[in-house]
Amino acid sequence: VVCPLHLFRGESGGDAVGVFYEKVTALTGDQPPVVMSHKGLHFVHVRQGGLYWVATTTADSSPFTIIEFLNRLSALVKDYCGSLSEKSVQMNFALIYELLDEAVDYGYIQTTSSDVLKNFIQTEAVSSRPFSLFDLSNVGLFGAETQQSKVAPSSAATRPIQSSREQSDLRKSEIFVDVIERMSVVIGSNGMLMKADVEGEIRVKCYLPNCSEMRIGLNEEFSIGKSQLRGYGAAVRVDEVSFHQMVRLDEFDSHRILRLCPSQGEQMVMQYQLSDDLPSAPPFRLFPTIERDSGGRLLMYLKLRCDLPPKSLSQELSSPDQSAELKPQSRAVVWKIPRFTGGMQLSALFKLEVPGLSSASLLEVGPVGLSFELPKLTATGLQIRFLRLSPVQPGPSQRWVRYVTHSDSYTIRI
Amino acid sequence: MPYLGGEETVRELRRALSNPNVQSDQLRYRNTILKVIRAMSQGVDMSGLFSEMVKACATVDVVQKKLVYVFLCSYAALNPELSLLVINTLRKDCQDPNPMVRSLALRNMTNLRLPSLVEYVEQPLAAGLRDRAACVRRVAVLGWAKLHNLQASSEIDAAVVNELYSLLRDPDPVVMVNCLRALEEILKDEGGVAINKPITHHLLNRLKECDIWGQCQVLRVLQRYRPQSEDELFDILSLLDASLVSPHPPIMAATLSLFLSLCSGQPAVSLAALERVRGPLLAACGSGSREMRFTALCHIQLLLRSIPGLMGAHYKRFFCGYAEPAYIKQRKMQVLVELVNDENVAMLLDELKGYCTDVNAETAQAAITAIGRIGRSYSDRCLEILTGLLGLKQDHITSAVVQTMRDLVWVCPQCSDTVCFALEGCEETLQDSQGRQALLWLLGVYGERVSSAPYTLEVFIDGVRSEASLGVKMELLTATMRLFLCRPAETQDMLGRLLHYCIEEETDMCVRDQALLYYRLLHCGIEETRKVLQGRRSDPSLGVLIGRPAEPVSQWARSFNTLEPLRQGSIETESVSRGSPEHTMFDPKPNADLSNTLDCSRIEKVHSECVRCPTIPRCSPQSLQAAMQLVNIQTLAFTPPQTLPWRVYLYTHTCLDDAPHSTLILGELLYTGEEPQKAEVHKGSADGGVGAEGIEDDM
Repeated sequence: VVCPLHLFRGESGGDAVGVFYEKVTALTGDQPPVVMSHKGLHFVHVRQGGLYWVATTTADSSPFTIIEFLNRLSALVKDYCGSLSEKSVQMNFALIYELLDEAVDYGYIQTTSSDVLKNFIQTEAVSSRPFSLFDLSNVGLFGAETQQSKVAPSSAATRPIQSSREQSDLRKSEIFVDVIERMSVVIGSNGMLMKADVEGEIRVKCYLPNCSEMRIGLNEEFSIGKSQLRGYGAAVRVDEVSFHQMVRLDEFDSHRILRLCPSQGEQMVMQYQLSDDLPSAPPFRLFPTIERDSGGRLLMYLKLRCDLPPKSLSQELSSPDQSAELKPQSRAVVWKIPRFTGGMQLSALFKLEVPGLSSASLLEVGPVGLSFELPKLTATGLQIRFLRLSPVQPGPSQRWVRYVTHSDSYTIRI
Repeated sequence: MPYLGGEETVRELRRALSNPNVQSDQLRYRNTILKVIRAMSQGVDMSGLFSEMVKACATVDVVQKKLVYVFLCSYAALNPELSLLVINTLRKDCQDPNPMVRSLALRNMTNLRLPSLVEYVEQPLAAGLRDRAACVRRVAVLGWAKLHNLQASSEIDAAVVNELYSLLRDPDPVVMVNCLRALEEILKDEGGVAINKPITHHLLNRLKECDIWGQCQVLRVLQRYRPQSEDELFDILSLLDASLVSPHPPIMAATLSLFLSLCSGQPAVSLAALERVRGPLLAACGSGSREMRFTALCHIQLLLRSIPGLMGAHYKRFFCGYAEPAYIKQRKMQVLVELVNDENVAMLLDELKGYCTDVNAETAQAAITAIGRIGRSYSDRCLEILTGLLGLKQDHITSAVVQTMRDLVWVCPQCSDTVCFALEGCEETLQDSQGRQALLWLLGVYGERVSSAPYTLEVFIDGVRSEASLGVKMELLTATMRLFLCRPAETQDMLGRLLHYCIEEETDMCVRDQALLYYRLLHCGIEETRKVLQGRRSDPSLGVLIGRPAEPVSQWARSFNTLEPLRQGSIETESVSRGSPEHTMFDPKPNADLSNTLDCSRIEKVHSECVRCPTIPRCSPQSLQAAMQLVNIQTLAFTPPQTLPWRVYLYTHTCLDDAPHSTLILGELLYTGEEPQKAEVHKGSADGGVGAEGIEDDM
């Protein structure tokens, strides 16, 4: 637990860190309550990157503001330090002090825009792993282990934003547009889809020294709400969309183009939601059989199928890397499958010795929770048609578009 | 945090800092200072290096300056004399051509927090207000607020206040917002910055220029404004409509707060605004940040109090994810209970059923309680699930189910047949005292319908010597007495044994007193006993309270967008387990717990007064009672509805964390009828000094 302490108003007193530490360690359970109070002082915290980001307040301030600010602050620290971990925070404490000093004055948030802040921040980030050009140039050759690294160099994601003064030619100017979707799905025990929600967002990570405007083209068929349908192909539909303030939408209605001036660092451009009406079947299906064998053991036979279209290059995996582990503390069996291609089917048989197993205990088994990451895929079918930058960038610049779907919560009842 | 070798480090660093070779090499000097700050942030006391650090302050290197200022501001309070030396450097920096250096110096000058330095700071601050660089003006404006709080007694010059008011027109939006913040602090005694029509319109027009933090601040300050006409009100509302559906939750929440305070006289408009924020709030509920989800959930609970059906169609958004932390799951279940209706009840119960076997016992318990709550309206389906859960034979699940069944039967007596049937055999799996108490209560009240009741009680009575829980013993006494009344032949012998044990051997006064009371009661004859013990089996008045009536928005508008809704829940979840329903429905512990610690002689009657409420809005006694429960006023007893005069006896108590005394307030509410509508409140406040400490521990 690291708390870069900063006294803004002198209201909290010096032992605030100690008090918070005691409160956190005294509690059992997975996470302490977001708001805790001690003698009229409220602690509000968020957890990001394994760290507690804590704000203290004596007044009854807006929780939305405090939490949004703490999240924003952790994003800023991530932008400036490259990555977010106890180590990177310790290495860059001077930078974080400076960042806090510029972002907050006397407990009042002044600015959190990385564009404004970069003019004030003087300290340079210490990367926990030195950034070398060698990493970048090798991407196509050796870095092509996973889908993710084929798309973009992995070091790029954890890279401090460039400060305005050191525009060395060594650093490439790059821009990343990430389409990230989070699925939460519940499949009933009869295989019926009970709930399917998708929360999606488009994020832009910009490391371009000067970029006045960029245009992002989405699918022409992109439609919002139930009534509106566009195009002739399969519609890409979402229920609700919201955009960042800076996005100009004059070409959105006619051509589905977002225009914006990205600032340095990471920012959310668009958020959207879709509930209960996925364009395709859910990516994974499970066929479980649970019974008791003659020896009083619990038998779980699980067959997992991936319903994504098979890739032409896909090879049959005998999956030697799979592993399974029994976690007695959470009473769960964890089955890890490192890689799963479309159209594949895997099965596993777990035999569990359960003391005092009765027929009623079979009812207690389940649900199955899947957590996965699907690269190069969006559940809604949203695609980026094109990405144009103006003015045309001098020198080499790289544009990356990445798609990924995460499982926020993918539950299959047994 | 004690740090070994702290003194060693200080000595070494002092040597390095005063080494001329280090001082001449900028990079080495800066690195040494970095080491000082690092040690400081690890908790080592570095105050001994103050004078060396003051010298390091005079440099052209901005990074070094910033680092030194971090140090100086932390230790200035310990070295007020030496800090005087810094002022010179800082004042010189305020003349620097670089605006960044000027703002840095000005900010740290005011951050030193030394009252003795105020006279040196005032002049540069006044100059800072007129600086041509916006970043210096931002700092200077807030500097005046810091100065004011440092010397609360001294009056800030009226000229400065006027200048701050005029800076509200500053072209830089952050300066404008900082002016608002500073004026709020300086004029706190006068109720904050004056919000009149021109200022309001000016702020509203410039709202779009501010970033989200600035917008939130402006929206918050504007809550004090009262529009002069309805036209003006609606102009403001339509101007703010876009902010109401902002994708940034802080702006959405601040705007809704403002809407609610502006429209306090227009309930219909408030309700429309609530409908409007449904989308953004739901989006916040699915946000990537868990804490933001939690905050949004807590606020949705507030909204549901006024529009119970607001989220009905979106109930699936409140299904729990398997990786979510327990506190979010429990909140989601609380919301789900509110959203149940004829269409979704099947899906919803199916989902809740899945949570009942959660690995986290608290989550499982919350899910079972939630099913019980839904059971008040859909009893058959819920009882089926609850009965099924008993088959799992897990002790924490069984305990929660039995408690839930007890609460359900108290509200819906028609469920009693199913419950009685389900109770058979579950005493074997019950481990904790709360669950056993609930079982005993049920056996006592419905003993004639549970064939095995005497045998179950006998097992309890045989083990009473080793019983540790006070509550179980007392509940056992009552249950056995009740069972004796309906099945005397089977119970007589064991009742005798139990009373004998409790009167002769039991050491706890509470149990002994109760046993003696029952013993004497039996002497008075069976009819007397029956009159005392066979009270109501259910609470008829609760029937009205279940379908919670929509509350007016004004009930909770004040706590919207504050920390309060986030805190409330932790108390609610703690009180999931409670004693027998007929004691106090909403009290977390049976009030029998009080009697062993609270002695009448120690209660000091402080005052007793009668308040007349001249006008009471037309509302039924039940909704009045429900409203009072929401503000933590509990009911002790009340006359049946539709009787006049209608009386309620109320109590409330303070529940401060570390106050040595707690105050118990008892009250009587008298409702004399429709014609001259009046209600009287007799208040008797009792200060339980030493004696009341024990109560606090139990709460």
